[in-house]
Amino acid sequence: MIWEVELIIYLFLALSAIVALEVKDMLVAVVMMTIFSFLMALLFVAMGAIDVGFTEAVIGAGVTGILFVVVVFQTSRKSND
Amino acid sequence: MNRQIDSPIVLLGARLLSPYIMLFGWYVIIHGHYSPGGGFQGGALLAASLLLIRVAGGSKLAELQIREFATTPLAVIGVVIYFATGLVAMMMGGHFLDYEALPIPGMEPAWLRYTGILIIEVGIGLAVMAILIMIYDNMVRGEDYA
Amino acid sequence: MKALKILILVFFAGIMIYASSDLPFRGDPDNLMHAEESITGTTVKGSYFIQNAYRDARTPNMVTVVLGDYRSIDTFGEQVVIYTAGLITLLVLRRSKRRSE
Repeated sequence: MIWEVELIIYLFLALSAIVALEVKDMLVAVVMMTIFSFLMALLFVAMGAIDVGFTEAVIGAGVTGILFVVVVFQTSRKSND
Repeated sequence: MNRQIDSPIVLLGARLLSPYIMLFGWYVIIHGHYSPGGGFQGGALLAASLLLIRVAGGSKLAELQIREFATTPLAVIGVVIYFATGLVAMMMGGHFLDYEALPIPGMEPAWLRYTGILIIEVGIGLAVMAILIMIYDNMVRGEDYA
Repeated sequence: MKALKILILVFFAGIMIYASSDLPFRGDPDNLMHAEESITGTTVKGSYFIQNAYRDARTPNMVTVVLGDYRSIDTFGEQVVIYTAGLITLLVLRRSKRRSE
């Protein structure tokens, strides 16, 4: 892939990770983690590991997101961190 | 959680999207020899299509697709398909999971390996689908989020 | 405490960037993992898989052949691990509907 596009993906990766750590609403954190997984899958595909990227997109963005949403609904939604 | 939101739009979107995800999951499993993918990814896609209905429509609607008590036997069937393939190959004189010894008549050894890989991919897909749904069902503990 | 957290994160990022500066370039054919012989003189098994995967299983996707044929016992162990994880959620988290009411 063109290296400028990869640089933009890396910047968004770091940004989404920081937002997911610092935000108060846990549902926003789950969505940010999903975005992190998608960008990670994009980077895996850019590195040539297509199967790993596919697995990351399906598991990290789809199923893990659903399970984390269930966990957020069963515990408290706001973090007092 | 006693949050009851009756949103027909979310349910309609989930119902529209779910069959296509399921079809794509079967495509990924069956076509894994030629394109990226395989049993694990396809099984996760199948589980995602079923979990979408479970999240959007609640357990009463999801019981029409796959019951809660049916997931554990499906997972066992998936593991047993994999194990039985290796065991049959071992009984016919090969090593464990040596697909060349599978008793399918009229096939070259290379095409026997092709068929063996296809069989175990279906087993992996079934097991992964059933186990992911089982984890969700045990996590919500019989409550509804719809 | 917050300054300490940020300091640890920056320090960790510096260590990771320093470690990744020594990695080989992506897609370079002279990399060690693409060579036919390793440094110690033994043949690399991956080159055999790359050259003979289509002949052995008539499958164009090499990853499927390695996961499903050459290293199929590894995949079997992975599936047993997933199955065990499902059974553990069944044992730990399960609560029947009638008993909770």
